[in-house]
Amino acid sequence: MAASSEDGTARWQYLNHIRKTKGPFNPPTDDEDVTPEMLDTLGKSTILVIGAGGLGCEILKNLALSGFKNIHVIDMDTIDISNLNRQFLFRKSDVGKSKAEVAAAFVERRVQGVKITPHNCRIQDFDEDFYMQFQMVVCGLDSIEARRWMNATLVNMVDEENPDSLKPMIDGGTEGFKGQTRVVFPTMTPCIECQLDLYAPRAAVPLCTLATIPRQPEHCIEWAHIIAWEQEKPFPSLDKDDPEHITWLYQKALSRAEEFKIPGVTYSLTQGVVKNIIPAIASTNAIIAASCCNEALKIATSAAPALGFEDNYMSYHGDEAIYTNTFKYEKKEDCAVCGSLSKPLEVDPRWTLQELVDSLATNASAQLKKPSIRTDSKTLYMRFPQSLEEKTRPNLEKTLREGLGLEEKQEIAVTDPAFPALSFKFFLRFT
Amino acid sequence: MTEIVMSQTPPILHGPSDKEKKYDRQLRLWAASGQAALESANILLVNSGCGTVGVETLKNLVLPGIGRFTIVDEAVVQNADLGVNFFLDETCLGKLRSKCCTELLQELNPDVQGEWFPKQQGTVELDQVLLDSPTYTLIMYTMPISPKDLAALKEYGQQHHTPLVAIHSAGFYSYFNIQLPGTFPIVDTHPEAERTIDLRLTKPWPELAQFAEEMTKDMDQLDDHEHGHLPYVVLLLHYLEKWKETHDGKLPTEYKAKLEFRETVAKSARTNNPEGGEENFQEAVAAVNRNIKEQTLESTLAEVFSHEASGNVNVKSSFWVIAGAIKEFHKKHGCLPLPGGLPDMKAQSSVYVKLQGLYKAKARKDSQEVLEIAKSLSDGRDVDSAEVDLFCKNASFVKLVNATTGDQDLKEQKANDSLAEVTMMPLSLFPIYLALSATTHEPTASVDQIKASVHSRLPAAADDMRVVQACEEVARAAGGELHNISALTGGMVAQEAIKIITKQYIPIDNTCIFDGIASRCQVLRL
Repeated sequence: MAASSEDGTARWQYLNHIRKTKGPFNPPTDDEDVTPEMLDTLGKSTILVIGAGGLGCEILKNLALSGFKNIHVIDMDTIDISNLNRQFLFRKSDVGKSKAEVAAAFVERRVQGVKITPHNCRIQDFDEDFYMQFQMVVCGLDSIEARRWMNATLVNMVDEENPDSLKPMIDGGTEGFKGQTRVVFPTMTPCIECQLDLYAPRAAVPLCTLATIPRQPEHCIEWAHIIAWEQEKPFPSLDKDDPEHITWLYQKALSRAEEFKIPGVTYSLTQGVVKNIIPAIASTNAIIAASCCNEALKIATSAAPALGFEDNYMSYHGDEAIYTNTFKYEKKEDCAVCGSLSKPLEVDPRWTLQELVDSLATNASAQLKKPSIRTDSKTLYMRFPQSLEEKTRPNLEKTLREGLGLEEKQEIAVTDPAFPALSFKFFLRFT
Repeated sequence: MTEIVMSQTPPILHGPSDKEKKYDRQLRLWAASGQAALESANILLVNSGCGTVGVETLKNLVLPGIGRFTIVDEAVVQNADLGVNFFLDETCLGKLRSKCCTELLQELNPDVQGEWFPKQQGTVELDQVLLDSPTYTLIMYTMPISPKDLAALKEYGQQHHTPLVAIHSAGFYSYFNIQLPGTFPIVDTHPEAERTIDLRLTKPWPELAQFAEEMTKDMDQLDDHEHGHLPYVVLLLHYLEKWKETHDGKLPTEYKAKLEFRETVAKSARTNNPEGGEENFQEAVAAVNRNIKEQTLESTLAEVFSHEASGNVNVKSSFWVIAGAIKEFHKKHGCLPLPGGLPDMKAQSSVYVKLQGLYKAKARKDSQEVLEIAKSLSDGRDVDSAEVDLFCKNASFVKLVNATTGDQDLKEQKANDSLAEVTMMPLSLFPIYLALSATTHEPTASVDQIKASVHSRLPAAADDMRVVQACEEVARAAGGELHNISALTGGMVAQEAIKIITKQYIPIDNTCIFDGIASRCQVLRL
């Protein structure tokens, strides 16, 4: 039996050798020797991982093997059988259990000396006091909304008097053979909201196409999902993970497709359209998660220059050979989260307020699903409280220029329950 | 309506199987055919050094369900392994690394078979392992490797036409190199859907032309609803015919003519409606640029044709037979077989379905013709019609990997770098490859030893500032792997292995270098 590894010297020899040895790319001013105390700081810092899914499982493994000892992980999801092709900390017997709990326990078991605290809940369940305890946040999320919330929270937490309030955020994302890594130093470098238009929502199929002139199998599935389900209510509420519900939608879509002689409706396509499934594989998650953790290690140890103040974005494309694009994304002065100016919002003055409200959901630079709108002098539409909603509801029918008297360049403030801390400022630009 | 439904056989409403559920997110990328190829793959990893990058690669292949893997590794697990390799734990100390990693990898997917060598601590005869094992689909080896083992693998690769992947990860750097056995053709390259659209607007076949003519012959008499639902394909065919009448039979393929043509189409929309325009006409205007152009042969396909003619192809696989048949087809018709897809467009359901049927029928007819040509060629008797269909559908995007022989070298890379400020291109990562490969057999070499080795290989490189820096950074690692860099490299190698095994998407040609300091890659042919 080999000697025990109590002090970890032997175990961490590769990592520590590199950390102790200066390389040609370390800043020349940094001539201090790396002392054992400095090596220890990594083990003393606390790092937060958001998501214990495809990226999250990899991130937990990578951070544990990068010398981080205090890790927290938040994920509200439970394990599904379709996770097993990539979320390698889970087994078939784990299906139905909490992702955060199973992942944390697995990595703790495998890597001696690491403490991982799981939180089986939503990120919105915690307040700033909770997030203040971390030195860094690494996100492996599949939801843009959760990223925006986390980003806004971290930007709002920055207090210029207190350097510890600045938490670098490293964000990964994947789709098929592609992915990206972003590093944000909140308030100092471009934030996730600055880059919102990179994630334009897909244009929705017009309702009249679904209702009267379907042409594609997707149109039949959306018809079953949006129209037939509402009309027939076969179950009290739609559970997209319940095979019985998906089967109901599939059958509805299929008979509609037959009526119009449209080929191509399958169970798998139905599931894909209804759940908006994005293809995901182990290898892409491995690439992006490791890239995120490489940046985390570099930021935490200064072992080499990290992404952030110069280049801050790496995109990876693996479907046609391999291509990476590493570049500097610029900060936006009209960013709703970290900027000070309002953004232009193109609207037709003949629109009703309802049309403006609807357009905010699909507008790439807004992406707000439940907006409330006011100007500095009056409330145009408020969803909450109910009394105010009822009072402002008649405005929805009125047109912007004639009905509500709004002028070109009018500033409006939009709020949305998904981002309680934020007020999105726009000025109207008439088309 | 009820009648239609009743008259058809009720669909078989089987839900997905357990395996389809488990692999759902990847089947959406490479489908059942790709999955079947993975499941019959048998992969060898010859492991060494810190031993992490190869094991991380295998993890990303075991999860999606390769058939079988073997690890050859003489190392015995030490404390240092536990700080870098996730597929080992305390109980493995003092045991064979090959066996321990195999067992922990197999936990990830009970469908995958794992094997390891040596069976007992000591040395392993790689020759013997290769001789005794079922044929490998792909072999990966990590640095450092002994010259003897390297020679054995290269010989095996040549004999069995097995792709070899060399992987080297040290400190913040890595590279991997793929040696494919000869020219490697790929049909199912998965181009972006919008690139594959071929509407044949400039060269409609008779049925399509007739369909458009019938729909538009009394266009002005159509009511607003019908007029607003004429598919844009029909609109463009109609206005192209009218254009030709006034332009000596010429098509608007030149830039200026295209602008003018777009204007003509835009102006023909009815505007006396509440929307003040028609969506189908807007779609038509938007489709002009992409769809009205001279038919040209994609350069990748031209390469296939000339390669086929060059006599470089000794083994007449079905790929080359079908390529030959498509070349004949192209010579005869002046165009490729029709892919047959039709994008969505504003139209009445029944009209759209009819139009879609026209495109599909033409594609089937073209494919049938290619099949007949193929069967008439030598070696073409057993060509499979499904393979011909796929080839016809993808003909413009078929790709040859490893077809050229010219390698990129330092001189070319330095020339590019000297222009980098003007071209805004990032600097070459070739120096990283030079420095890393100088430690192929000697992982812990000193800076001076690495520089000397680079000098003996490429005297011109040794004084280059960026090469010197790369040598210093490689020496800094002293052969040690960083887990993140090896995990990232393992992800890239696994993606490439999947592309090679499934013959889908496009693998690199042939070396990928990763710089974990600047966070970027470069692919070079070396």
